[in-house]
Amino acid sequence: MPAWTSRSITDGAVRTVLVAGPLAGLVATGFVEGLGANPVEAVTRYLGRWALRLLLVTLALAPLARFAGTGRPLAWRRAAGLAAFGYACLHVATYAVFDLGLSPAAFFDDVAKRAYITLGAGAFLLLAGLAATSVRAVARRLSPGTWAAVHRAVFPAAVLAVLHHAFMLKTSLTPALFHGGILALLLALRAVPYRWSSRRT
Amino acid sequence: MFVRYPSRHRESAVTPYQAYLNRRQFLRAGAGVGAAVATVAAAGPAAAMGDPEAAREAANGMELTAKSDALSYNNFLELGSGKEAPKENAHLLPTDDWTVTVDGLVNRPMTFGMDDLTKRFPPGEHIHRLRCVEAWSMVLPWQGFPLKALLDLVEPLGKAGFVAFRSIHAPEKLPNQGNGDYPWPYSEGLRLDEARNPLTLLATGLYGESLPPQNGAPVRLVVPWKYGFKSAKSITHITLVEDRPETFWHTVAPEEYGFYANVNPDVDHPRWSQARERRIGDLFKQPTEMFNGYGDEVAHLYAGMDLKKHY
Ligand code: HEM
Repeated sequence: MPAWTSRSITDGAVRTVLVAGPLAGLVATGFVEGLGANPVEAVTRYLGRWALRLLLVTLALAPLARFAGTGRPLAWRRAAGLAAFGYACLHVATYAVFDLGLSPAAFFDDVAKRAYITLGAGAFLLLAGLAATSVRAVARRLSPGTWAAVHRAVFPAAVLAVLHHAFMLKTSLTPALFHGGILALLLALRAVPYRWSSRRT
Repeated sequence: MFVRYPSRHRESAVTPYQAYLNRRQFLRAGAGVGAAVATVAAAGPAAAMGDPEAAREAANGMELTAKSDALSYNNFLELGSGKEAPKENAHLLPTDDWTVTVDGLVNRPMTFGMDDLTKRFPPGEHIHRLRCVEAWSMVLPWQGFPLKALLDLVEPLGKAGFVAFRSIHAPEKLPNQGNGDYPWPYSEGLRLDEARNPLTLLATGLYGESLPPQNGAPVRLVVPWKYGFKSAKSITHITLVEDRPETFWHTVAPEEYGFYANVNPDVDHPRWSQARERRIGDLFKQPTEMFNGYGDEVAHLYAGMDLKKHY
């Protein structure tokens, strides 16, 4: 691989934005307007939202590659997926540290009793599995078929994350509909026959 | 600032008000009533009503919540969903020519304008914890008077068992009252003995100023041992009734919001634990106290009741 082609620079820039962009946004918001009266809640929610959004970005890259007729976006998937997992880790960590005071008993109590936490934990476990099999050394040991099968778990992970959001809402489902709608669209795109999307037939 | 540490609140927003309280304490001590104040304070919050220093003592030296937080982190659905919306939409609340009507099962039904109300019942200083059902809490300096004083004036009839509160109804002005999913106007209720408890206030001020719209201008209920939604905002009608009245959140989701809604760390909300709460301004949560710490004053009201059933 050549070191400094314009392609590798764009790829690097895209990956950096995916991984560090949301965090930079959070820090900037904190400095510019503050995080409000309940910063822990604001940060937990922000991180959860971006974990889900990055997951949706991960899912959008394959259809994007198809419709754009270039394989470039596929090279960003790993970074997007790992970023999603990274934000999910920070999201769960803020909750575990500041809300639960790092009490494992309180955590398992929540997972057992509250449907939205159960769903979130399900999504998190799937993402952890995907992240583990994204480590190159691990990936190399799996046959390509197995690896692809494992990584289809990204769909149920996204579905669980949307449900996690929907189940926590008090009065209106609207906030979850936005991400849910995008997810539905991305799943529907999978069903579009290949020849409709390819420019080079 | 990235994370707003509690200390920042203490320095910038709280201190002026606490300094004001301290100054008043100093003046009183100078007038030779310091000893009396101390005695009142020792008798607990119920006895401390209406006296700023004693009220502050009764709050156990708790830090007041930063005024900027108390005025920007609100649940007031009439002014929009989300915590910041009520402040942003504060100007929409029509508070001119406000009247409060007290009627129903009473000997002397009455209607008060705000001036009339505060002249008859001069507001005193009452510092109380407010525990939201969403597991956060604040410590707030209200100006108000015990609801009991008002009830005594209108003379409830013997068969009156409950007090129903109704909040402002102005669908043409308030963004969310057009939303037919909710049983507008907001309504709440208390058992008559709860309403007569000395802790139950009608508040007309906060931090020494008239109540801001997002906090329930111009007059609201404060029931410090119950979850915040019981403390109805922007009240227009107080009606004495025989049977338990229908109330807003209980109608919307009865399994989530009980009629009693006493703060109780042992009864979870279906979607979260009530065992702990975040005091606004703190990073970590702290244990929630039964009756929000006001058990000495109110536990007798529920003697013999199963509070897990009557949540
Ligand atoms: C064990 C795993 C998880 C736990 C315990 C958990 C916990 C929570 C909690 C407590 C909230 C509500 C925060 C608040 O209202 O203060 C929340 C919100 C949220 N979480 Fe999670 N979560 C988990 C996993 C995930 C995962 C894997 C994702 C996404 C990939 C995710 C996405 C979200 C989203 C989108 C929200 C809503 C944010 C908003 O209000 O805008 N969570 N989560």
